[in-house]
Amino acid sequence: MLAEAWSALVANRLRSILTMLGMIIGVAAVILMLAIGSGVQVYIEKQISSLGSNLLIISSGAARTGGGFAQGIGTAPTLTLDDAEAIARLPTVVAAAPQSGFGAQVTAGPTNWLTQVSTSTPSWFQVQDWYPDEGRAFTEMEDRQAARVAVIGRTVADELFGANDPLGQQIRVRGVTFTVIGILPKRGQGIGGSNRDDTIVLPLNSAQRLVQGGGAFRRSVRTISVSVATPEAMAPTEEAISQLLRRRHQLAPAAPDDFSITNITAVGETFAETTGAISLLLGAIGGISLVVGGIGIMNIMLVSVTERTREIGIRMAIGASRGAIRLQFLLEALMLSLAGCLIGVMLGTGLAVIAGKFLPFVTVITPASVIISFAISAGIGIFFGWWPANRAAKLSPIEALRS
Amino acid sequence: MTSGGGKRVLELNGIVKDYASEAGTFRALDGVDVAVDQGEFLSIMGPSGSGKSTLMNIIGCLDSATEGAYRFDGVDISAYDEKALAKLRNDSIGFVFQQFNLLPRLSSRANVALPLVYSGVSLKDRNARADELLALVGLEGKELSRPSQLSGGQQQRVAVARALANNPRLLLADEPTGALDTKTGAEVLALFRDLNAARGVTAVIVTHDPGVAAATNRVVRIQDGRITYDGPPTEQALAGVGHAYDPA
Repeated sequence: MLAEAWSALVANRLRSILTMLGMIIGVAAVILMLAIGSGVQVYIEKQISSLGSNLLIISSGAARTGGGFAQGIGTAPTLTLDDAEAIARLPTVVAAAPQSGFGAQVTAGPTNWLTQVSTSTPSWFQVQDWYPDEGRAFTEMEDRQAARVAVIGRTVADELFGANDPLGQQIRVRGVTFTVIGILPKRGQGIGGSNRDDTIVLPLNSAQRLVQGGGAFRRSVRTISVSVATPEAMAPTEEAISQLLRRRHQLAPAAPDDFSITNITAVGETFAETTGAISLLLGAIGGISLVVGGIGIMNIMLVSVTERTREIGIRMAIGASRGAIRLQFLLEALMLSLAGCLIGVMLGTGLAVIAGKFLPFVTVITPASVIISFAISAGIGIFFGWWPANRAAKLSPIEALRS
Repeated sequence: MTSGGGKRVLELNGIVKDYASEAGTFRALDGVDVAVDQGEFLSIMGPSGSGKSTLMNIIGCLDSATEGAYRFDGVDISAYDEKALAKLRNDSIGFVFQQFNLLPRLSSRANVALPLVYSGVSLKDRNARADELLALVGLEGKELSRPSQLSGGQQQRVAVARALANNPRLLLADEPTGALDTKTGAEVLALFRDLNAARGVTAVIVTHDPGVAAATNRVVRIQDGRITYDGPPTEQALAGVGHAYDPA
């Protein structure tokens, strides 16, 4: 029976290929879109986990809300080291790292490099879940004593020292000399495309005393990064921090917050959800073209039944039952849709691989998307093949022979 | 008249066939009785519109009668459903048509083997049987030819081979020489005679051609849905005059 169906399709080669085109395009679109969607999802998940898990970032200044006067983040530092210490004492908070930063030209001997300097406490490494893989992080004691030590990112290490070992070497930041004690492992791009490895981490106290020169803002920090114990504790902790800071900053009940709290995980999840929804939408469009392809198959099968009425009559006369005739036309429809699906999967896979070369992330072809495509195609073949096949089977052999 | 001795292949009693049309009911067959024994070679004659095609369709189990009993091989098949009739056609009846009705896409071998597909014979056995039958009808070496590569006479031989595929109890031919020239028509007719004489194949040929009917051993004439003659192919019978048929 399969051979019979195959020979009928081969006999009308061009028509069979054109009929399959709808299925091919539909399946290729579904595979491609799902591959891109999965790729984006994997990419974002990696980004989120690279930021550290269960992370809240508190910034100075209110978030811009409503039409009133709102300060830009960081313009007037309202957060202090004491705020960070108070937050760190909350029961659901694992660690709170106060952090400031500035761009600076860093020199090591004759070479220099413009980079981003972060100043923080040792909690920073814990909150970021990012520890030096060579050397070590600075300690609580070194921070308190404003020791002249620095941990540098991989990019800074490469730019300043090339092939030499940076550990124990001296670097100068705004005229102050620091000793490199640790190098952070490579982390790649952050969200927004910045190079996270192009950074230097200094103890907060050392930086404030030596580099920034103290003064009024001595105890102020730009942001506080908070690591929360569990994902479930994120929302209550956010609320607790908000109340704590309002109390500490002595804000009147009607006054707006002079800080803002960002849930990085939530932001990433929202982003992932959005891209997931978009790729689902694109997949659905591919799915629609699958249905259109199915209707094309039905159309061609109906034509085929009409054209081959005589053949059906002959087959019935020599003993084919109605069931056998129905099966033959169903198999032809099924074969068309599955062959279209197979070509579509190959085309979609090829396009996904090519797309992966031009996109900033790797496209992921999941076995599930291939299996789903085949299942849907088989379903469409049977669904849209049924009517023409039934029509063929219901022909009267006498009428069919007379045609 | 029947030639007697052989087992009865088919027996029709009081067959009536009505067709509904806009002008009311049209009675194509009006009480037909006919019986065919194994090994017989007979022709059914009649002008167009006489009801001979309807009779052939009923004998061939392509259609069922409105009234009357049809016994095939001693079994009453009047109440058979479509599936049972399809199986009976496949197992027990071989059709030969005026227009050959071969499938143009298929080789001679595949055409001959087609009925065996529906009776579930394996590919190997199908092909062996098909080649054997093609040899029997004198088409050795044409196994892989398509119908379009064969002459009309050759195509009709392929059709005969196909009809014989399942060793049918009855070979039923509808104007088998109608699309052939006189010479090839005579050859195909000779093939039927040979099959009947040498292999005991029971054959019924439906025709309007007295020349064809003359080659058979028994003629059944039909006119206006009734049998008007049933007997040997005499000159008067072939000309449609003479013996009035008495069903009693």
